[in-house]
Amino acid sequence: MDQIVSIKPLLAVLVSMFVIPVLVSSSRKPNVREAWTFAAGAVKFFLVVSMLPAVLNGKEIVLEMFEIAPGASIAFKVDGLGMLFALVASFLWMITTMYSIGYMRGLDEHGQTRFYSFFALAVSATVGAAFSANLLTLYLFYEILSLATYPLVAHHQDQKSKISGRRYLIFILGTSIGLVLPAMLYCYSVTGTLEFTNQGIFQAGQVSKPAMTVLLLMFVLGFAKAGIMPFHSWLPAAMVAPTPVSALLHAVAVVKVGVFSIVRVMTGIFGIDLLSSMNLGTIVAALASVTIIVGSCIALSQDELKRRLAFSTISQLSYIVLGVALLSPNGILGGVIHIVMHAFGKITLFFCAGAIMVATGKKYISQMEGLGKKMPLTFAAFFVGSLGVIGLPPSGGFYSKWFIILGTLESGQMIFMVVLLLSSFLNAFYFLPIVFKGFFPKNTESGSTAPSFVKIEEAPLCCVVPLTITALISIILFFTPDLFIDLIKTALGI
Amino acid sequence: MTGTVYPALLIIGPLLAAILCSGFSWVEKRACYPVAAAGLLLAAYSAFRVLMEVLASGTIQYRMAGWPPPIGIELRIDLMNALVLMVVACIALVNLFASHRFVSRDLADREGTFYAVYLMFVTGILGVSATGDLFNLYVLLEITSLASYALIAMGDPDRSPLASLNYVFIGVIGASFYLLGVGYIYIMTGSLNMVDVASLLPAIHDSSAILIAFIFCMIGVWIKMALFPLHVWLPNAYTYAPLPVSRVIAPLMTKVMVYVMIRLMLTVFGLDYIFEKLDIAQAVVWLATAAILAGGVMALAQKDIKKMATYIIVSEIGYMVGGAWLGNKTGMTGSILHILNDAVMTFALFLAAGNIAFRLKNVHFSSLEGIFTKMPWTMTGFVLAGFSIIGVPPTCGFFSKWYLVIGGIEAGAYHFVAALIISSLICAVLFFRIFEIGFFSDDSHGHGHGHSAGPEMAEAPISMLIPLGITSLFLIGLGLYSGVIVNRIIHPFLG
Amino acid sequence: MSDIIPLIVAKYNYWLYIILMMIGLYAMIAKNNLVKKLVGMNIFQTAIILFYVSIGYKTDATIPIIKNAHGGGHGHAAQTIHAADYINPLPHVLMLTAIVVSVATLGVALALAVKVYQRYQTLEEDEIRMRLTENKS
Repeated sequence: MDQIVSIKPLLAVLVSMFVIPVLVSSSRKPNVREAWTFAAGAVKFFLVVSMLPAVLNGKEIVLEMFEIAPGASIAFKVDGLGMLFALVASFLWMITTMYSIGYMRGLDEHGQTRFYSFFALAVSATVGAAFSANLLTLYLFYEILSLATYPLVAHHQDQKSKISGRRYLIFILGTSIGLVLPAMLYCYSVTGTLEFTNQGIFQAGQVSKPAMTVLLLMFVLGFAKAGIMPFHSWLPAAMVAPTPVSALLHAVAVVKVGVFSIVRVMTGIFGIDLLSSMNLGTIVAALASVTIIVGSCIALSQDELKRRLAFSTISQLSYIVLGVALLSPNGILGGVIHIVMHAFGKITLFFCAGAIMVATGKKYISQMEGLGKKMPLTFAAFFVGSLGVIGLPPSGGFYSKWFIILGTLESGQMIFMVVLLLSSFLNAFYFLPIVFKGFFPKNTESGSTAPSFVKIEEAPLCCVVPLTITALISIILFFTPDLFIDLIKTALGI
Repeated sequence: MTGTVYPALLIIGPLLAAILCSGFSWVEKRACYPVAAAGLLLAAYSAFRVLMEVLASGTIQYRMAGWPPPIGIELRIDLMNALVLMVVACIALVNLFASHRFVSRDLADREGTFYAVYLMFVTGILGVSATGDLFNLYVLLEITSLASYALIAMGDPDRSPLASLNYVFIGVIGASFYLLGVGYIYIMTGSLNMVDVASLLPAIHDSSAILIAFIFCMIGVWIKMALFPLHVWLPNAYTYAPLPVSRVIAPLMTKVMVYVMIRLMLTVFGLDYIFEKLDIAQAVVWLATAAILAGGVMALAQKDIKKMATYIIVSEIGYMVGGAWLGNKTGMTGSILHILNDAVMTFALFLAAGNIAFRLKNVHFSSLEGIFTKMPWTMTGFVLAGFSIIGVPPTCGFFSKWYLVIGGIEAGAYHFVAALIISSLICAVLFFRIFEIGFFSDDSHGHGHGHSAGPEMAEAPISMLIPLGITSLFLIGLGLYSGVIVNRIIHPFLG
Repeated sequence: MSDIIPLIVAKYNYWLYIILMMIGLYAMIAKNNLVKKLVGMNIFQTAIILFYVSIGYKTDATIPIIKNAHGGGHGHAAQTIHAADYINPLPHVLMLTAIVVSVATLGVALALAVKVYQRYQTLEEDEIRMRLTENKS
């Protein structure tokens, strides 16, 4: 594969890190500060896009920075997979910035400079993880992301966020240090390299099957950001964070970095061929299936909207893992493309939840009856978002489910198809009633909403515009998913 | 074998400055600080030149007063000591700058004495790192220790004299054991020059006197470096010392002792002797494992940053001893790299603690509420130091741990690997507990004291922030360039 | 059993230093009074000094001063020197340094003991410890 050496990946990572001092120095002038955040977002997105043509042409953009030990360096590599993820993350950062302006000012939050600074750092780490050329670099950015997110999760600085922050750290840091680090070092000491390659780094017979299984499980469970059960409960806890954080980080960036890492490890470290020859996919797929079903069931029982979304995210993330664990081309395609589709769908849903919070202060689903008439645009977007997550046309989410189901057929593991269909039903059960009750309240006697004509009270413009955009994109992706499908195909050579 | 004078300047610089300082302390106290700064600048510059020269043309052998070894005393500087010397000289220098404000506030009546003894300490520790003679090493070690007893006793008037006195007892036992070991080596070989001894030893490997010599030397060195369970003197001594002192003793003293241990293992006794003739490597690695875990657990029980940091040192000593005794090149690389990294990160931690103590008068956990808003820059440095100790990339602590863990896997010492990982987790708990206290300000508590009317910026003076900033940058810089350090310095040294 | 007595007799200097060392160590560990501990410390150091001094000794040898080394000899003297005739001066010289070190250590330690006494009005360790716990509560 052609390789181009370029400094662009590094710049794309660093641009949001370099903006932090500027943000801090302009902390007393909110407009200037937010303009800078926005500018950084635009530059970052532009940098990522500028690398897109080369990647689509089947080239890789590489940059080696520091060699730590032979075969282990801090290096960047932009391939289709990373490009796809970076595109989504950097684009959604811009949108989220706009949204956070509306949200944070709407609720008059404290510590906004800190918020924007750590947000920028988190996005840097996300793009860094996307562009990592090897496991060491990936681990580095994974850890930076964990730590940068902590002040965001604990943003409110009250007792509740303290406990949630603690839980967040225990799960995320505990698993990454306790499981991923030893697994990574073991891989390195056996193979002498950590480079991602499509055929994997292990030679045949280098590691026995039981050891391999343990290693794989250490990675899959160790990247706890992916929310595979039993290490999932940090995600609902992290919902105490302000909504933009939940939206971008806990629906897109952080959790997807977890999934992305699992995908990278399975495709780049172990290699699809090795996994299928050892028949290791099934065990991961089984773990993911359990998470899918159990996550959906718990989501059903949640009344707080953000918590329901969180459990939905847990179950949806496992779709991606399941897709890849099927080890068939279409399964992987479906899994990876779900990173994109779910990102747009779920961020829309979170934006809506936040918009409802800002406009009405309501957090619980039971309070939301009839709100659809007050906030038609928000609820329409919510509907589109839920379609995307359920996987119904006309939304991009349809494709991911389609390909994953094709993948189950290809690999002949029909049981996972049943899992998918069952979970789709559950998804529909926990999302659609919200929309339905929003528009058609059962009893219209509740106070001022009684008159047939309801005044429209949408959230501030800064909140509504982003969620409209993401909802629209979610629909557009149904009609033109080609870009992302091409990216994945070039990356995996299928 | 070049005619360079830098190895001598390295030691004579601070020594002369120390003498001048003690003179000036009677006449003109204000002159002490510039003199001390000049002495240490000279030392740092010499260390830099020495490092460059060693990198360019190999080991430097400097004969004191021109007497050739084995009769004369020789300063022998190869890649490993050049590195250690560089670290020691730089940390001593940076700490001097950071301490000036502190000393002129809290030790105003003893300023001259402080600088003089401080310089003696640095002289001794540089000498220990540079010398190529076993007995000379003992003398310099005692100079270092004597200076550190005096320095420690300048701290908290309630506790520090007693802590220092206990340190004297233990220090003397440690040094005496080392001296005994040297005596046996001398009986058997008739030489005290390290290289000379190394060339004579292989013929008498089977002698039990050599075994005794080795064991005595090791026990002495272990006591001095506070390897668990010989660590009991360390926490009190370092906690009750004045901060400018503990933050130079804590990173340097123990690390230089680890250096001495590695020097004895590699240069004097030789790895063949230790790993093939003796069958104790396994036991020592187990001991190191215990040290790592015990240090971590005891650190968990502390409620004061300084005391916690001292137990972290106990734990880190386990890292280095374990790495060195794994018996493979990777472990040794990790151990040597960790001398460097741990010195810098412990130093950064103590610098940050010093800044906090400068403002808050103590570093007890309960007084840290809202510290992130009060001292954002100091806390940035503190966080970086903490991450490095936890082992979060790209800070340097991660990379030495990398080598240590891989060395452990190669040697099949999985208990050691597990201890390293668990220790990372424990350190994560330790530091995030502090971050949590600093991040969440509990209002009810603050009002009780009545003085904390809302967190205001109360940052340490700039002369203390800049050293911390530089050290923190080094934490990341050393991490990113650890590949270069390993390839240019440590691997050529290990051959 | 019969082997051990010649062993002790032949190497009595080693046994002596070991006994002295143990006395010192015992005092440092077991004694309660700080000054007694200091005395123990000094015995401990002295034991090692004696050890060094004894290893330089040779039977029927004299002090290492060469007669007529300067002047008159024209180098003839050098030929007649036998190492076995002179005791080894090096350990003794080393011990000069070690004595300096031990005296300095003792000085520092005594100074510290004085400070402790000024602070607590006692040199008994258990009483000091009692004071410390009182202060805490």
